Amino acid sequence: MSDVVEKTLTALPALFDSQTGAAKITNRLRQLIKSITELTSKHEEENLIKQELSAMKEQVSSPNTTMKQMREIMVRAMYCEMLGYDASFTYIHAIKLAQQGGVLEKRVGYLAVSLFLNEGHELLLLLVNTVLKDLQSTNLIEACMALTVVAQVFPKDMIPAVLPLVEDKLSHPKEIIRRKAVLALYKFYLIAPNQVQHIHAKFRKALCDKDPGVMTSSLHIYLQLIRESPDSYKDLTGSFVTILKQVVGGKLPLDFNYHSVPAPWLQIQLLRILSLLGKEDQSTSELMYEVLDESLRRAEMNHNITYAILYECVKAVYTIHPKAELLEKAARCIGNFVLSPKINLKYLGLKALTYVVQHDAKLALQHQMTIIECLDHSDFTIKRETLELLFRITNAQNVTVIIEKMLDFLRSCNDEHTIIHLVGKVAELAEKFAPDNSWFIQTMNDVFSIGGDLLQQDVPNNFLRLLAEGSESKEEDDQLRLYAVDSYLTVLKGHTSHLPQCFLQVMSWVLGEYAHLQESVDQREVIQFLTQLLDQRSVSSETRVWILSALTKISEGQTDLILDLAESLSSSQDTVLRQQAQELRHLSQDSQLHEWALPRGAPWDSIEVAGLIVFPYYDNSSTLILEGVKRVWGKDGYLPQKEATAPLVDEPSAAVQPPGQHEAAERIESRPEPSTQNQDKQQLASSLFVGLGVGSSMSLLGKSEAPPPCFRKKPRPHESPSSSSSSSGTSERSSDSSSRNTTDSFLYGSLLEEEPATAISAFDHTPKSTTANGLAQNKDTKEDRRANTSQILGGDMVIVRPSTIQDKHPPSVSSDLTALLPADLKDLPHSDVISLTSDPSLSLSSCRLFRDEALLLVIFISNCTETVIKDVSVQLTCEELKTVSLRGNVVDCLEARSTSVCHYALLMDDPHTNVSFTGTVSYQTQPGHTNTLPFSGTLSTADFIRPLVVTTEEYGKLWLSLSHDVKQNLKLLTDAGDPLRTTLNALKDALQLHVVDIIGSEGIVACRLLSGAPCLLHCRVNGTALAMWLRSPHPALPDCILYHCQRALTHH
Amino acid sequence: MYGVNASDRHSCSWLVSQMQFMLLFSRQGKLRLQKWYVPLSDKEKKKITRELVQTVLARKPKMCSFLEWRDLKIVYKRYASLYFCCAIEDQDNELITLEIIHRYVELLDKYFGSVCELDIIFNFEKAYFILDEFLLGGEAQETSKKNVLKAIEQADLLQEVRRLCFLKAFRGQKHFAEQYS
Repeated sequence: MSDVVEKTLTALPALFDSQTGAAKITNRLRQLIKSITELTSKHEEENLIKQELSAMKEQVSSPNTTMKQMREIMVRAMYCEMLGYDASFTYIHAIKLAQQGGVLEKRVGYLAVSLFLNEGHELLLLLVNTVLKDLQSTNLIEACMALTVVAQVFPKDMIPAVLPLVEDKLSHPKEIIRRKAVLALYKFYLIAPNQVQHIHAKFRKALCDKDPGVMTSSLHIYLQLIRESPDSYKDLTGSFVTILKQVVGGKLPLDFNYHSVPAPWLQIQLLRILSLLGKEDQSTSELMYEVLDESLRRAEMNHNITYAILYECVKAVYTIHPKAELLEKAARCIGNFVLSPKINLKYLGLKALTYVVQHDAKLALQHQMTIIECLDHSDFTIKRETLELLFRITNAQNVTVIIEKMLDFLRSCNDEHTIIHLVGKVAELAEKFAPDNSWFIQTMNDVFSIGGDLLQQDVPNNFLRLLAEGSESKEEDDQLRLYAVDSYLTVLKGHTSHLPQCFLQVMSWVLGEYAHLQESVDQREVIQFLTQLLDQRSVSSETRVWILSALTKISEGQTDLILDLAESLSSSQDTVLRQQAQELRHLSQDSQLHEWALPRGAPWDSIEVAGLIVFPYYDNSSTLILEGVKRVWGKDGYLPQKEATAPLVDEPSAAVQPPGQHEAAERIESRPEPSTQNQDKQQLASSLFVGLGVGSSMSLLGKSEAPPPCFRKKPRPHESPSSSSSSSGTSERSSDSSSRNTTDSFLYGSLLEEEPATAISAFDHTPKSTTANGLAQNKDTKEDRRANTSQILGGDMVIVRPSTIQDKHPPSVSSDLTALLPADLKDLPHSDVISLTSDPSLSLSSCRLFRDEALLLVIFISNCTETVIKDVSVQLTCEELKTVSLRGNVVDCLEARSTSVCHYALLMDDPHTNVSFTGTVSYQTQPGHTNTLPFSGTLSTADFIRPLVVTTEEYGKLWLSLSHDVKQNLKLLTDAGDPLRTTLNALKDALQLHVVDIIGSEGIVACRLLSGAPCLLHCRVNGTALAMWLRSPHPALPDCILYHCQRALTHH
Repeated sequence: MYGVNASDRHSCSWLVSQMQFMLLFSRQGKLRLQKWYVPLSDKEKKKITRELVQTVLARKPKMCSFLEWRDLKIVYKRYASLYFCCAIEDQDNELITLEIIHRYVELLDKYFGSVCELDIIFNFEKAYFILDEFLLGGEAQETSKKNVLKAIEQADLLQEVRRLCFLKAFRGQKHFAEQYS
């Protein structure tokens, strides 16, 4: 109270002239805004702002500027920044204002800080003290402001400094403070989850807060926690259900109503949480059926907000363990959405359908006419969502119609992002479901010409591999290749200047490789086509290299044409072209050499595809040579189908159709007679929705993970990475590969006078020789072992070695304790020994040993006294893990100054980002007098990750068989010379991954959860980021590993 | 498909489905308010703003309020001469975002008293204060209209209170200050 008086007195001088000052202040900003709106040209605006900024610069550096004036300057600075001008010189003053100003100035100062500075900005460090001070202020407003800024921008490293204060606020009497504190903690949790791990109990308190606003805020945290590990929060299901029941039943204060719907935001948040909890869990799902039903029933009012809730409800119903009655109601809801005249609702209906057809394809059938109308909708967004839906229901029977629709859309689309996204889908579907060769080639032509150089690199790569690899029957393969050759010759006859480079590259490779298959065409003609391309200015030098490679291959016997060409290129500015021209000349003059270097009709030939990882190495000219590898990287479909069933060209015959399709067809036929103008649509409908039927509704009841059977060609047997599965074909190819090795080194090496790829073959074989068992044989200490392995490998990066996992707990106990490890465990890779707990008589420390199939937690119990301690018994519990006590957890008698060892095997079945264990040790110093000593510790998934040693080839196969997919861009460590290698090594050190291969800008990495689920990581350098793509059979594992990768890189 | 700006926001949102940013701009494409809930560089912000304003303004009035853009979902709505535009993640609920916009407009309306674009132009810092009281870190903080406005008014009043306090304190009327301390 007196505080306020004091403050007001100090503010006295400023207040005296506040009357005039305030008027001036508002005038200044108004003036600026007004004059800017009156300006007509951008140039004038620039000049005006420039003047304004320099005036401001002068003002801020003047010592006479009062806080009040500073506040006004700050508002103007915000305005200038909003217009896109740089006012960074005011940033430091924003911090000062927050620090030194009165409440009102502070408010503007904090606002400016949150608008100007990003999370990582170094100036934020200067704000920490101010925030600390304000958090402790008795003034409610100041505390609110501090919490608001903390929840928006705060330096991650400084979280520990404010954490206790923010925690305290959770029990503040004012709900606004509690609410903001919860959100600040949520923010901390997002940016540094480990920092707030110990206050999970307080989150529960917030969840039980009597104020609904605080409780709602705490749900943000819970949604996130549950998303990460749903199993740990199953016990809360009942509470969430109760809360939702109360909200739906209108038990909250009327304040929280929004357009007379009770707390819609809260309802949606709860529905999201429930769907995560009920996913794949029947007993938990059963708890929520009633309330979901109630929600579906209550949300009847015709307002956007009720639809928003309904949508979330429908999603929940389809996510949790299915219940027929609810599904029916949810399906009806979707129907209302889809049929709504309101376009926003229609869109949401389509989105819901897209989500739902994965479980219940029938539903699409019900709304086929609406879907077809939406296909021709004038709104781009609606069209695109419809195509997304069609993509999900594509099968072998409707693929042609659906792809036609997609291509139509793509031709009229000019948004890069959409094109890349959709073209990739077209290629995927074409490969999966192509009815015949000519259609496939034609569709891929469209893909290449539309997608062009925006295409993801793997589209052309997959396509070429598919052509090159072929299937069992050579005849069929040649037929496909022949189609391609014919088709490309036709394309090249027309205008070629508009064709994308990527398409030209594909064409030249195919022509070079397979033009000879087409006997009716003179090879000279092909050469001429290709030579013409070389002359075009629009053709990039990379493409020229491709074209020349093709020419090299088909040059045989056409010496005159080739010599001309070589001559004309020998003066080219491009060294690579000059080199290739040289080779071309040599080869065309020496047919024997040509025959030897480029044997025609060999099962495998070089495919030069830049930047694709699966292929074993780079040659000297830095193009990647594909060979000797079975086609591994593609999507499953085209080839497997060919292998599995009759010739590709055959239309799927009635005999192989699943029974459901007949019924679906009948359904369509039995629909009411269409009116004449609807005839076309009906026809389209029958072609679009063929093949969606009963077969899929079965999966609905069973609710299997896999999509309905008709979406997938054939179940793909899970191939274990260890099975070598070397068919005769593979071995043949690998022998071929070694011969190619020498050929290529001849081709390029002889000219450049460089040693060819010997180092690379070593690279290729090292991983096999240094697997984990290689380590187990080594009896040296860890450091020696490390030195050894790196010696063996000659500094090669493909080393699988255990790494010391950096401990979060620095108190590292004398490592002598490790000498006490049982002999059979000594050789295992282990962490540092860390202290768990101690009291005057006992001290406990632990060490983690990384065994392949489990994590061994070794606990050292040391007697610190000079007397004997009796009946020592250790109890260890951990909810998330399976713990097995192996030995030593009960010791009858512990001699003075001695140490006993007990160890536990810990198994992690489901990945959790972090788990904690707790335990107690009880002992008797005197008979009848039992002491207990609690201890606890944390473990991270990283402790349970083991390298998965596979070859590139096995990796490729495994990749295809995995279903759960996560993609994310990560930070790339750019401080060293080779960012990719550095980054992967950093990850490997932190997480015990196995780096399978690195080629160019891509790297593949493999690991597994103990000896369980594998996880494959595909990393690609993408500008300054590392694009990481993870796959695993376990749905949660990729996320978990990604989380640790992210952490490893940010802490690096 | 890797997100264009995913690398920049990896630090805080790899699992979160919070709002990414909110923009207010006029029919002429002038930016009136911008709030970024994910850390992005200034260059990136400018680029996004430019592209988005263009895309949204090009849409016809009868079209739906959602837009797929890069790897994000844009939810926008026009109120008189002003466009309100939010970016959310694809799996998020578009309709509820639309209602968040609407609630924000209601708050502005209540605060300024039938709000118009000019109110926001000249008092944009107030608009920010209200937004911060409603959404914090991209999540709905307080959905009760009354509570949001109460918080704002309390902070606003402070200035007046202080002046009053001063005047009254000057006259020796300390009890007024007591009420507010």
